[in-house]
Amino acid sequence: MALSADDLHRAAKLARLNVAPQSQQAQLDALNAVMEMVSAMQSVDTSDVEPMAHPLFQSQVLREDVAVEPNQRDKYQASAPNTDAGYYLVPKVIE
Amino acid sequence: MMMTLKQQLDLLNSQKASATELTQEALQKAHALQDKLNAFVTIDDSSLEAAKSADERRARGENGLLDGLPIALKDIFCTDGLKTSCGSKMLDNFVAPYDATVVSKLKSAGAVSIGKLNMDEFAMGSSNENSFYGPVKNPWNTQKVPGGSSGGSAAAVAAGIVSATLGTDTGGSIRQPASFCGITGLKPTYGRVSRYGMVAYASSLDQGGPMARTAEDCALLLSAIAGHDPRDSTSVNRPVDDYETALSQGVAGKVIGLPNQYFGEGLDEGVRKVVDDAIKALESLGAKVVELDLPQQSLALPAYYVIAPAEASSNLSRYDGVRFGYRAENPADLNDLYCRSRSEAFGEEVQRRIIAGTYVLSEGYFDAYYRQAQRLRRMIYNEFATAFESVDMIVGPTTPTVAFDLGQNTKDPVAMYLNDIYTITANLAGIPGLSVPCGFSDGMPVGLQILGRPFEEGTLLAAGHAYQRATDWHTQQPEGL
Repeated sequence: MALSADDLHRAAKLARLNVAPQSQQAQLDALNAVMEMVSAMQSVDTSDVEPMAHPLFQSQVLREDVAVEPNQRDKYQASAPNTDAGYYLVPKVIE
Repeated sequence: MMMTLKQQLDLLNSQKASATELTQEALQKAHALQDKLNAFVTIDDSSLEAAKSADERRARGENGLLDGLPIALKDIFCTDGLKTSCGSKMLDNFVAPYDATVVSKLKSAGAVSIGKLNMDEFAMGSSNENSFYGPVKNPWNTQKVPGGSSGGSAAAVAAGIVSATLGTDTGGSIRQPASFCGITGLKPTYGRVSRYGMVAYASSLDQGGPMARTAEDCALLLSAIAGHDPRDSTSVNRPVDDYETALSQGVAGKVIGLPNQYFGEGLDEGVRKVVDDAIKALESLGAKVVELDLPQQSLALPAYYVIAPAEASSNLSRYDGVRFGYRAENPADLNDLYCRSRSEAFGEEVQRRIIAGTYVLSEGYFDAYYRQAQRLRRMIYNEFATAFESVDMIVGPTTPTVAFDLGQNTKDPVAMYLNDIYTITANLAGIPGLSVPCGFSDGMPVGLQILGRPFEEGTLLAAGHAYQRATDWHTQQPEGL
């Protein structure tokens, strides 16, 4: 099943990406080529197969609920585009 | 003359060379070949200080396993204080505030990293042409791609800049460039090497591993980086094998399976001939060869190109222009900040995979694509598990062709994806895979892939080592560098 321009825009919106009008058709063509290759799997009967999320069959690891990492906020924020007094600054959200 | 890590270690141990001299030489080569190969994103001249410290440690007799050996890291591993770009404009200004676990482990073993290696953006690619920093060139022929995504890692070893590097492998990104550049590369079992500090692409598939000239050097490097890490909940808590001892096992008496599916349509005739000869060589070393039928392998490419983009779309949602990385200028509002930062800083292939991944996870398509792909993944896993009841290793070509021309596949994503047809199965099943150089076709290197049971890296390295003791493909060097 081929993706329509609407499908492309819906997925791009969910992924917070803009689709430039001039590249829309090229993006659609490439995506549809990939989805066509992927569609080969639709004909396989998998009704009795358990989905596999992960190659390891181990349970989640638990540890004591105590802080183990030191506070390095200034160092972590050194790479941030815009901070003030320990806060990350973004455009105004509430009018 | 290009050296192996072992040969460099002998020079250091016999005091015929110092870490400072080896590092100086590596830095000189890195700078001299940068215009030609573009293997590095960052060359770290301050590594000479680390080399000096290594020499002092050795003089005091306090040297570690890799003390004073110059290496380099794929630019996907976080390095405290040194840029980690992941090949992306998004992280062009990102300096990680901590070291990846494997970086800490290499440092404590005494290795000296001379820099960060070029790669496909966020490890998405098979030719290294998706890098924000431009493509890497293949040292055997600079008109050809080096493979990807660990293209810089492979080229730097093939060109003799360093004897070993670290790469990562999500669908073949260690083994395919190793094959294209005529070096040895190992993707360990999922969970054997910590992913902490390794920028995530597809978390259930990603695994870091060594790239070097020989299986013996890969064993040495793997010994230094493998092991449980409490900071990575998918890292496996089981003892690390003694890979160097395992090397002496050889292949005599081992059963090697040849899947019909790895020798069928799409395999280049020149590659087939070289691989057939390599299999005969393994037979003459005492391995028993049997044919295998693995019909589910054909489902791997579709399953991978659902699962990997799905995981990528989730992992890459963290790049929002707020906490680190690229931020678009003068955003109108918060949504505009997110959308423009991401659209301006992610390359074409990365955006394509994010959109594909978002699509297959979205309402109405989740069961038909994502759930179905996970079921196929189980079938592929089960097929390998059954095969490994009767064979010790599965052998075939690493890639269907030798390295192709720069620009040849950039307009056709599916043609590019077909490069990984023999390698992605190992990532889906989580099993280890080794690529060793086994000859040439049309003047370009060919790789032999050896897959094994989970946590049997030692068996693969022993087979690679036995093969390399009997052949000299791994000692071949490109001319004119």
